[in-house]
Amino acid sequence: MSLDVRKTYKMYLGGEFVRSESGRYDPAADAQGNHLANVCRGSRKDVRDAVTKARAAQEKWAGLTAYLRGQILYRMAEMLEGRAAAFAELLHATSGATPAAAKKEARAAIDRIVHYAGWSDKYGALLSSVNPVASSYFDFSLPEPTGVVGIVAPEEPALLGLVSHVLPVIVSGNSCVVLLSEKDPLPGLEWAEVLATSDLPGGVVNLLSGHKSEMLPHLARHMDVNALSLAGVAKTLETESLKDAAVNVKRTRTWHLPDYFAATAQGLDPIRAFVEIKTTWHPVGW
Amino acid sequence: MAPNPMKFVDGVARVKAERPALEFGTGVFEYAPAPEATDHVRLEPRYGLFVDGGFVAPKSERWFDTVNPATEEKLAEVADAGEADVDAAVKAARAAFRTWSKLAGAERGKYVYRIARLIQEKARELAIVETMDGGKPIKEARDVDVPLAAAHFFYHAGWADKLPWAFPGRSVAPLGVCGQIIPWNFPLLMAAWKLAPALAAGNTVVLKPAETTPLTAMKLAEILREAELPPGVVNIVTGAGETGAHLVNHPGVAKIAFTGSTEVGKLIQRALAGTEKRLTLELGGKAANIVFADAALDQAVEGIVNGIYFNQGHVCCAGSRLLVEESIEEDLLARLDWRIRQLRVGDPLDKNTDVGAINSRAQLEKIRELTRCGVEEGAHLHQPECALPARGFFFPPTYFTHVAQSHRIAREEIFGPVLAVMSFRTPDEAVEKANNLAYGLSAGVWTDKGAKIFAMTKRLRAGVVWANTFNKFDPTSPFGGYKESGFGREGGVHGLEAYVEVS
Repeated sequence: MSLDVRKTYKMYLGGEFVRSESGRYDPAADAQGNHLANVCRGSRKDVRDAVTKARAAQEKWAGLTAYLRGQILYRMAEMLEGRAAAFAELLHATSGATPAAAKKEARAAIDRIVHYAGWSDKYGALLSSVNPVASSYFDFSLPEPTGVVGIVAPEEPALLGLVSHVLPVIVSGNSCVVLLSEKDPLPGLEWAEVLATSDLPGGVVNLLSGHKSEMLPHLARHMDVNALSLAGVAKTLETESLKDAAVNVKRTRTWHLPDYFAATAQGLDPIRAFVEIKTTWHPVGW
Repeated sequence: MAPNPMKFVDGVARVKAERPALEFGTGVFEYAPAPEATDHVRLEPRYGLFVDGGFVAPKSERWFDTVNPATEEKLAEVADAGEADVDAAVKAARAAFRTWSKLAGAERGKYVYRIARLIQEKARELAIVETMDGGKPIKEARDVDVPLAAAHFFYHAGWADKLPWAFPGRSVAPLGVCGQIIPWNFPLLMAAWKLAPALAAGNTVVLKPAETTPLTAMKLAEILREAELPPGVVNIVTGAGETGAHLVNHPGVAKIAFTGSTEVGKLIQRALAGTEKRLTLELGGKAANIVFADAALDQAVEGIVNGIYFNQGHVCCAGSRLLVEESIEEDLLARLDWRIRQLRVGDPLDKNTDVGAINSRAQLEKIRELTRCGVEEGAHLHQPECALPARGFFFPPTYFTHVAQSHRIAREEIFGPVLAVMSFRTPDEAVEKANNLAYGLSAGVWTDKGAKIFAMTKRLRAGVVWANTFNKFDPTSPFGGYKESGFGREGGVHGLEAYVEVS
């Protein structure tokens, strides 16, 4: 017989797989309580490192053409497709979902990525305007990325929920720091391998595992984070984070979606929430 | 650094002007005062709160004076709304919401059109009251504030029955009672920016004007009555920060729209955290106005002057930092210095006046303090030798050279006629300097090269970018900030979003 080669799960920062600088870990168990792996317990320092990586990557990512961003995100779907069976197996093991339900989630995650890949060169036209000002100026408004977005992924569905909140943020050229599902972090950490092989520049998506109550306050108070997207966060922690967000006037959105599989869990609104509208004026004349 | 050729006049250091100003009264140019007549303006001695369609005495039983900052004379008494007064206003707005929100959009729109037309009819009176209460030059109140206020109502009136087209495929509903808190720099215009989209979308409103400039809001209340707007659709509660806090914290309010300082904006954001209330913030700014060597320099000088001295610099999007390409710094500053010395500072009601009165004594003190700080930190102060009126709150148009990015005058919003001049050598350096503050409301770029304009405007982190112009506004054009200058937009199709629930 041949001994299993077990995976060492690491966090994903700046395009690299790293352990928490704190050296701490939490055991991750399957749905039956059997030990599956040891997961990094991220720290304040990890949050700060992730923000630094996200900031460093953001401008270049936003500077790629919409067509290229769309192709990179589509490739992310291709990479996930190639590993769909493995993800279904992992989701079945970690969440206790039936094999059929786990497969359905993996399929839905692939579809969601394809959905947002296609938005990359379309949301701009829908959110732009040429403004008929009452003077001799050419005046137009268009969306630009907000910058670095802090994301809290919902506890479940661990993969589909994560994808549903990360993709609309990055499609417009934002970068992000993500706190993964606390009770089920392995699908998210596994997804890092999809990101790493999808041509997505390092630092655009940074994935941290650990305790939300420990890391989120530092993310919410960070002066170089421009926005917060909080999905499924418990009321007290959510409110405290929204208060903290005022420290630098972060844009904030909270989500409590009943059904991530529904068509209403995707679309233009989640993109619109994390763009800024810039208006430019120029005189018209000789 | 060159030696600082400063001398001290009136307690502040000045750099002596070296080129002669245009001389008046020498046969070339004649100057004579041209004061706007005020005899036809009607002001009540006392204004109550505008609640449920009528003026009522405040339950707080408190009143305060509003003064003309150019003369320090009392213009009228205004009610100081307490918690019970705000509560009554919100209740009236909630009651009115039940019918107003169900009124056909086309009918709502006709009310809003009426308001626009009445503002146009009363434009002269409104402009004079605005100038008397706030200190801005009559030519600005007359040519900018009041016409734009009318335009905002006229523009948004047309949206009332077209909202579904603004959000195709979605359903749109009003939010409820909107609490709107506005500043003292454009009192009537800010009221229009806030009220027009709120009403068009079917919301009702409790509006709190700034405590130093309540009078045009009171005149607007009279207009709303004349337009027969149903009682309670708009309620106006005057008062200071405490009144605003009662409005922010009132559980019956569905949305807060605030224009004011970043400091207060953060407090409001904190206060609303965890509530269901929606929020838009239009906060402070410290805009960079960037002039390249290939710009049309005389046009740029006009833009710089308009950028910082318009409305005494009491403009959140003022171009208060001038970034000039090093190779033309001397030339540009010579032109700018000369131009500044042609500005007429004084009686806001005089149609010749370019720079009027500072809005309040407190604001004048703040401007003086930051100006002193600029001198103390080592920047060179330049002011024209202009005679200021003996009474009232005035400050001459001022600019600083030898400014470091770390100076307070280069970092803090002065909200006065004070410009900080810095230089740059490369576009990258200009972008870096322009973006290196927490503010991100507006920016300006001056160059005759089209590709360079767009390379710059794309990289400037600001909500409004003026290329080869500055301080232009229009109801069709979304306005609002990046970063700590706030979130949400006002004006245009994007501004509607703040006043509707889309599902």
